[in-house]
Order: sequence, then C-alpha cells, then structure tokens
Amino acid sequence: MNEALLVAGMALVTFAIRYPVLALLGKIPLPEPVFRALRYVPAAVLTAIIIPAVVIGQDSHLDLRLTNAYLVAGLVSAPVAWRTRSLLLTIILGMLALWGWRWLLTLLG
Amino acid sequence: MMSVLPQPTRRAEFWAGVKDTFPLVVGAIPFGLIFGAAASANGLSFAGAMGMSLFVFAGSAQFIASGLIAGGASMAVIILTTFIVNLRHALYSASLAPYMKHLPQHWLAPLGFWLTDESFAVVIARYTRTDDSPYKHWYFLGSAVFMYVNWNLCTYVGLRAGQIIPNARDLGLDFAMVVTFIGIVVPLVKSRAVLACVLVAGLTAVLANPLPNKLGLMIAALLGVAAGVVTEAYFPQPAQDKPSTPAEGEAVEAM
Repeated sequence: MNEALLVAGMALVTFAIRYPVLALLGKIPLPEPVFRALRYVPAAVLTAIIIPAVVIGQDSHLDLRLTNAYLVAGLVSAPVAWRTRSLLLTIILGMLALWGWRWLLTLLG
Repeated sequence: MMSVLPQPTRRAEFWAGVKDTFPLVVGAIPFGLIFGAAASANGLSFAGAMGMSLFVFAGSAQFIASGLIAGGASMAVIILTTFIVNLRHALYSASLAPYMKHLPQHWLAPLGFWLTDESFAVVIARYTRTDDSPYKHWYFLGSAVFMYVNWNLCTYVGLRAGQIIPNARDLGLDFAMVVTFIGIVVPLVKSRAVLACVLVAGLTAVLANPLPNKLGLMIAALLGVAAGVVTEAYFPQPAQDKPSTPAEGEAVEAM
C-alpha cells in the first residue's frame, strides 16, 4: 500500500470533519434550539467515553464484579468529584483507588 | 485544576491550558507508546506511523487504521473508516464554534486540526466559565500543543524502543483520562435534564459498545443530547439549574 497516499487521505478526511464546522458555524447565526442542544454535548460524549471504560473488561464483556479495579476506582472518584468539585482531588483519589484496589486484589490472590 | 486566572494574559491562558491538560497527557502516553510499538508488527513503516501522528493526529482512528492494515484492508476502506471514527469531532466543533466565531481562520484552522477528545473536554469547560477573558483561544492552543507534542514524542519512543517498554497499561495510566473526564462530568450534573442526558448516554454507550468504529460512542452522544433536550422541554426547572450558556455559564469550578 502507498503509505504517503494513505496518510494524506486520512489527514484530509479528519481535517474535513474537525475544521469546516468550526469555521462556518460561528459565521452563521445558530438557531436557539440547536445552540441549547449543543450544551449537552460535553456531558453526553464524556459519559459515553467513561462508562464503557469502567464497566467493559479486557475481553469486551460487561464486568460488574468487584475484581474490576476500573469500576471500583470509578465508583470512588464520582462521589469525590460530586462532593469536592475539585478535579485535582478527583484524579489523585481516583488513581490511588485504582492502584490500591489492584494491590489488595493481588494480596487476596 | 481549571486554573484561576485573576488577570488573564495570552501567556497565562496558554500555560493554564497546558496545566489543565496534564492528566490527559499522562493518560495518552501508554496509547502513544503502544501505537508506535505495534506499528511494525501491523505492517506500518516508521514513516507511515510517524506521518499518521504528525498529520492525522487522531488516536482512535490511528489504532483502527493500524489494525486494518494488518488485516489487509484496502486504502478506501481505511480512509472511510477514519471518517466514521472521527465523526464525533463534528459535534465538538459545533459545540465550540459559537465561542470561537470572532477568531480569524489562521487560528481556527490549526485549532481545528488539533481538536481531540481530551482538548475538547478541558477547552469547552474553559469556554463555559463566566469570566470574559479575551484569550481563551490561547488556553485551547496550550492544551492542543501539549497533546500534539506528547502524542508525537510517544509515537517516536514507541517506534524506537517498543520492545523494552513495560506495559504502561499495567500501571493503570490509561485510567488517567477516564478519571479526569469523571471529574469534569460529575459537577455538570446539576439538573434533571443533564442527569437524563448522562444516564441515556452511559447506558447507550454500553449497549452499543459492540458496534465497530466508535459508532456506539457517536450514537450514545446523540441520544444523550436528545434526552437532555426532551427532559428540559417537558420538565422545566429554574434557570440557575440549567446547564451553562456562554452568557450565564458556570462549568467545572476553580481549585
């Protein structure tokens, strides 16, 4: 396969998705309902990234067991984020929960 | 994070963007290393892999393309797949566009090129904060450049030293992005509409996870947005409980 052509093609389609909407949408007045709908994009898309990452295991099956350290760390960090509203504290406690739970799991064999 | 900027300057915004993107950069490291390390096994040359990171700059699409090359897919299939995998970026651009309409094209083109899941997450949070800093695009630039330099460095190191790198995923670094996104999303859930949005998006993302090419993510995002809009229309709440707008916004709080 011609790799230069492949990279050029991939670069072109990716840029053609990212840039034109950014360039054009700001220039035309957005209808109010569309604008209101777009406010939900961050919450929707980030949740759609988070949830599968914590409940789907390496074998791409649903894993809701307590041996799934990602799930446990996610369950720890969500209330931390809710109570403290601190991103840094959420990240630190979330990572510590992941490493701590994994360590406990190895201890228990 | 979401650094407090009492008197925002271009430089201060740039470095705040770098700082707030740090955990996401850490989360991207294992993926950049793995992409580089696996390239030759997948039949991708050094220049091909480096070229993807330099000119395409889209992690998920690069991984999927790399796998498709290994599977002997045609160029047309790989490029079409790249298009589908990256479609979600149109949603990001649409969300950011109203805040960036004053910017000239020589800003919009590079920032558009550098748009990723990670930079979108921190930059939209910056734009929805109420302060009227005129330099929020410098925050975007800091976030984007940091992600770009890191991704290309990791690709390079992965290509050069792939075999001797310990499995970074075993260290749990891939969780850094997830926990950062949790820290951004949870404080947004301040109304029934946003709650409906995240419940529908999360459930759909799990149910649609077997779909290829990030289509599940795209469908989940669209259904989540629809759930938010419908709930807002049928269960109206006082204005202060609604998600932020540029005028009245309040996103992740400073720390």
